[in-house]
Amino acid sequence: MNQYAEAFEAFNRHAESGWLKSQRIAAFARFEHLGFPINGVEAWKYTNTKALAKRPFVLAEGYDLQAAQKLLNEAAVTLDSHQLVFVNGIFVPELSDLSSLPQALVVEPLSEALDKELELTCGMMGRLAGIDSDVFTALNFAFAGEGAVIRVGNNQVIDKPINLIHLSTASDQPQMSHPRILIAAGSSSQLQLVEQFVGDDEAVHFTNRVAEVVLERNAQLTHYLLETPGDQSWLIGRTQVEQQRDSRYGCHHMNLGGKLVRDDLVCDLNGKGASSHFSGLLFGRNKQHLDIHSLVHHNAPQTYSHENYKAILNDKAKGVFNGKVVVKKDSQQIQADQSNANLLLSDQAEIDTKPELEIYADDVKCSHGATTGQLDETALFYLKSRGLSDELARGLLTLAFANEVIDELKLAPLYKRVEESVAGHLPHQVDLEEL
Amino acid sequence: MASEEMEQLVRKEYKQGFVTDIESDTLPPGLDEDVIRHISARKNEPDWLLEWRLEAYRHWLTMKDPQAWAHLSYPEIDFQAVSYYSAPGAKNKDAPKSLDEVDPKLLETFDKLGIPLHERAALAGVAVDAVFDSVSVGTTFKDKLAEAGVIFCSISEAVQEHPELVKAYLGTVVPHTDNYYAALNSAVFTDGSFVFVPKGVTCPMELSTYFRINAANTGQFERTLIVCEEEAQVSYLEGCTAPMRDENQLHAAVVELVALDDAYIKYSTVQNWYPGDEEGKGGIYNFVTKRGDCRGDRSKISWTQVETGSAITWKYPSCILRGKDSVGEFYSVAVTNNFQQADTGTKMIHLGEGSRSTIISKGISAGRSNQSYRGLVKVLPSAKNARNFTQCDSLLLGDQCGAHTFPYQEIGNSSTQVEHEATTSKIGEDQLFYCMQRGISEEDSVNMIVNGFCKDVFKELPMEFAVEAEALLNVTLEGAVG
Repeated sequence: MNQYAEAFEAFNRHAESGWLKSQRIAAFARFEHLGFPINGVEAWKYTNTKALAKRPFVLAEGYDLQAAQKLLNEAAVTLDSHQLVFVNGIFVPELSDLSSLPQALVVEPLSEALDKELELTCGMMGRLAGIDSDVFTALNFAFAGEGAVIRVGNNQVIDKPINLIHLSTASDQPQMSHPRILIAAGSSSQLQLVEQFVGDDEAVHFTNRVAEVVLERNAQLTHYLLETPGDQSWLIGRTQVEQQRDSRYGCHHMNLGGKLVRDDLVCDLNGKGASSHFSGLLFGRNKQHLDIHSLVHHNAPQTYSHENYKAILNDKAKGVFNGKVVVKKDSQQIQADQSNANLLLSDQAEIDTKPELEIYADDVKCSHGATTGQLDETALFYLKSRGLSDELARGLLTLAFANEVIDELKLAPLYKRVEESVAGHLPHQVDLEEL
Repeated sequence: MASEEMEQLVRKEYKQGFVTDIESDTLPPGLDEDVIRHISARKNEPDWLLEWRLEAYRHWLTMKDPQAWAHLSYPEIDFQAVSYYSAPGAKNKDAPKSLDEVDPKLLETFDKLGIPLHERAALAGVAVDAVFDSVSVGTTFKDKLAEAGVIFCSISEAVQEHPELVKAYLGTVVPHTDNYYAALNSAVFTDGSFVFVPKGVTCPMELSTYFRINAANTGQFERTLIVCEEEAQVSYLEGCTAPMRDENQLHAAVVELVALDDAYIKYSTVQNWYPGDEEGKGGIYNFVTKRGDCRGDRSKISWTQVETGSAITWKYPSCILRGKDSVGEFYSVAVTNNFQQADTGTKMIHLGEGSRSTIISKGISAGRSNQSYRGLVKVLPSAKNARNFTQCDSLLLGDQCGAHTFPYQEIGNSSTQVEHEATTSKIGEDQLFYCMQRGISEEDSVNMIVNGFCKDVFKELPMEFAVEAEALLNVTLEGAVG
């Protein structure tokens, strides 16, 4: 804790007094009060943060542009987009590209937004993920200073996706970053957002990101999350979404490994006709620990949610899935379904899954299913009878299992990267070129 | 359907709510080591059991109420306001030696409840152990069972007559350190049933225990232990009722089952404790730990429960599937109405290779009740080729009630197959319409649909119980339609 206190002292000293400064102090007090969730916290039952709590991290003061450029080129997905790049939590204008922003779209780093439009930005901050939520959100708020602000005007359809890239490169001392992403989509607007966490395997980094998303009436946001923070890095992310009438939110979550990756996705369906659609893949190897917690609140009648998560775990990887649907009293005519399918490729791998329903209205159709099993023997036999080797047949079927969720990545470069990454890391690699 | 009509339909009457006016020997409320010593002395228990009780009590003092995690809310229980021992009959009177000596008022009570204690009346051929407050009042068909080698008696009697068996198995499935209420039970348990089926014996008749709480301000803490040796089989039934009172009464039981190689234990419960009135006043707090240990290879334990009573139910009949190819089953129907709360489910712990488990849970919520299914399927790396199938469905009657599902799955083995599915919905308008356009009244239609919803579980019950369960369900939902 001490290391955080020191870092916080140094960080907040330079801040101008005012709302943000006092909020940060309150947030840090909250963080100190709660402490890391080590014992007996239900939401962290299967995920151990002891090693994280012990590790001292510092805030990055600078970065190596060359190393960043290299990592960006090699490991991140670049596409025709409005692009913001952060290295170890610091905004890098050289690698970013905001040259073709249309008028009704604002995309800027949080630090800039705080300089230019302090009041407006502070108004967006902490509205959904304030200091009174969980410990990591409080910690993020205490160090809130960088991140991204995205605002779309009413009735705007933005063709080009927005690409937020968080890079972490190796450094002398383990570093941390606390990006905060603020998104406001005006009524009937449409937007695609790609968020990538890309880490050097040598880097020891702790990313603690919080996103707050507000979708006005009939707004549509498709959110792609690609997570490969690096073998020695922690990534803890919270996405908090508020949806008004008829708005649609789609979140496609590709969690492809890291030392420990934990995501909390919370969606409040506050207006009639609002719907959310989550799909995701947990793909773990070695001793990786991947955890996803989703929570949907049906706060209004005629709201819909759909979830489909898959996990493929090899070696000693551990996966955690916790999906929860809460239907509030008087929220009638709800449809909610949740599916979680898991494939364990090794006897040392483990999956802990808990799909929950909490329902206080009667005119609802809610269901969930969770399965853990193996590849279909008959399908394997069929492929082998066609002359495929056992390895290739297994590889193909595993890939097909993942494909149901990968297929929902509608941006081609992203799709290609994920598919290649999964194919290349299977116990029996599948060479997609060859097929 | 309009919610008023629904309310009409779900209104019910608790028919077992009468009080038997009988003299009783009741300990004053309060709990300390002296009370435990007193209970132990009253029962003339050996020293090791008293020590065991005291150890459990000391451990209990260090524990916390589990309310924090269960989806229940109730005021803090004052354990000093509960009386831990109540026996029908005046003080210092010898226990009745046979059924003929039992107070006729007691027999009448059980007759009224439909539990015939006179053997001649027991045409159904079910042996019954009747427990009234803290003591067992009589066990039927003992001789006939003894011929087959089956021991069926109250646990107090077993402590006296078969101490070696009790000592060997008591607390081996549910240790006193297990949870708060198991610790409390271990400290103060008064009576319950003991069943021992020796190697190769199939118990010639169904065994049954009937629990009745009568005295006010008492808690019932029964302890049941069933042991089936190799290739033995037994089917055991349990029923329970209590009078209508405004105070909440505590019932904290522990049930332990042990199945050795190729043994089969079937345990069925129809739980109908007093659920409290329409305003949620009174009713039994039912905090029960039930666990079966499939110790032997190919052993099988099957739990079937119909839960309609209690103000609060906190109960997770579980199976530890230790033996190779052992089988665990859990079939449950839970009905909650008015202000009842239930947090119930099961745990299947797979340790043995090829172990299999099935969980079928059906929940029906009505009125302002809340019901949760909480289950755990845990497969350890040693349980190669383990298999689990879970289905839990909830039916909501009325828009003021809640139905929740919290299934935990912890899978650590790649050859395992685990499936879980759950649905929550109300009675479909189309189903109701279909029945009614065939000339079936609304009420009968709902009953039919609800019974159909529960069929998968009811068919697992022994026949007499299945009839009782269906009738109970109809009473519970009397006048209710979806």
